[in-house]
Amino acid sequence: MLETRKLTLPLDKDVLKTLRAGDACTLTGPMYTLRDAGHIRLLAELDAQGTDELPYGLEGQAIFYAGPTPPAAGRPFGAIGPTTASRMDFAAPRLHRAGVVATIGKGTRNTLVKDACVETGSVYFIAVGGAAAYLAKCVESSATVAYDDLGTEALRRIDVVDFPVFVGVDTTGADVSDQTAGA
Amino acid sequence: MKTITREQVAGVLRDAIPQLAFDLPADIEQGLAKAAEREESPRAAEVLRLLRENARVAHEDRVAICQDTGSVWVCLEAGPDVAVAGDALADVDEAIGAAYIEHNLRKSIVKDALFDRANTGDNTPAFTEVKLVDRSGARLHVMLKGGGSDNASRVVMLTPGAGKQGIVDALLACVREKAANACPPLIIGIGIGATFDKVAGLAKHALMRPIDEPNPDVQAAALEQELLALVNATGIGAGALGGATTALAVRVETAPCHIAALPLAINMGCSAMRRATFELQ
Repeated sequence: MLETRKLTLPLDKDVLKTLRAGDACTLTGPMYTLRDAGHIRLLAELDAQGTDELPYGLEGQAIFYAGPTPPAAGRPFGAIGPTTASRMDFAAPRLHRAGVVATIGKGTRNTLVKDACVETGSVYFIAVGGAAAYLAKCVESSATVAYDDLGTEALRRIDVVDFPVFVGVDTTGADVSDQTAGA
Repeated sequence: MKTITREQVAGVLRDAIPQLAFDLPADIEQGLAKAAEREESPRAAEVLRLLRENARVAHEDRVAICQDTGSVWVCLEAGPDVAVAGDALADVDEAIGAAYIEHNLRKSIVKDALFDRANTGDNTPAFTEVKLVDRSGARLHVMLKGGGSDNASRVVMLTPGAGKQGIVDALLACVREKAANACPPLIIGIGIGATFDKVAGLAKHALMRPIDEPNPDVQAAALEQELLALVNATGIGAGALGGATTALAVRVETAPCHIAALPLAINMGCSAMRRATFELQ
């Protein structure tokens, strides 16, 4: 039987320090969805304002790399699941240094992201790709915060309950993918 | 001679899209069940449990199995006893656009890969082809292909001297580098032969073959088993969290090729391998 840590969002950095790569956790509370096009736009906004002070209340929050389907079955989304995190590697180190404390996606991260996790005490969580109908049942509400014109790629604040994840990269830089022979 | 019409093709697609988006194909569901039985890693077992529960939720609530409801690939395959109207694919995009909007599926297509990445708003255009074959009748192959698994795919132009070992090495390199991004347990389509452009098509067509149907060619079937064992020996596992089943199946299709060539294409398919073949009556 898998032992599961129950975590509350927004995440406390003292709690993040106690997590280890491979730990099974559930997340409850608010998180933000953002993916490819949204990251390009967010970094452009930081460039334009000349400081890395995070807009839209992202300071201290978790970013879920996801582009959901429209609402269905009476839920905010019919399906929502992680997209490939490495496509956001170009942005993650800067966003961690600016104050994002966790990201949630699927797949592996590069060394720069792991270094940023160590430096800032942040973590990368892995959600199960392909379990998006199940994960949608964990979403209680959703509100579009910015970039509405990007459709599925808009910045959304969602509230989740018992959302299942595994620790992919912990605050020591340990990577769950190094624990498999495939690393 | 019977003629395949645009109305027939569009009619099949209108029903095929929600079926594929909501209902995991039976062979994949059975493959996940078998993988769950033999899994010893608690993390991979939990991933397999979530994937099977996910298929149940999607089927019962009529919601998408995966939020990435794919790009749509349609292959009209026709035999010698049927005629294909020149406009047989003319209503494909209209049917697909209507289905994606009606069934609340995600729209994942942009207008141009480089110069205009604005979303087209209805998941069109589809990517289509017509294939003329010796088998009688006509059928439509339809696949909703996820972006993450397609990104994990590659074409490698090996040389004849590389031989089977070259194929093994290229596949394992691709799996080690990319499997985690492609939502394992995977279905891996392998094309070997033909030309640079055609080998990727072979790999895609290989994904159409159900995972409980080995290649009818004995040598190809043996290679499928050998490659599957090697992929699973990596230990990457379900959810790439370590486990016994990195892939549910490897499907191989081979073809003739130039004396200088050994083209190889690896088309990664995710655990939500949404594809089906529909006979056109």
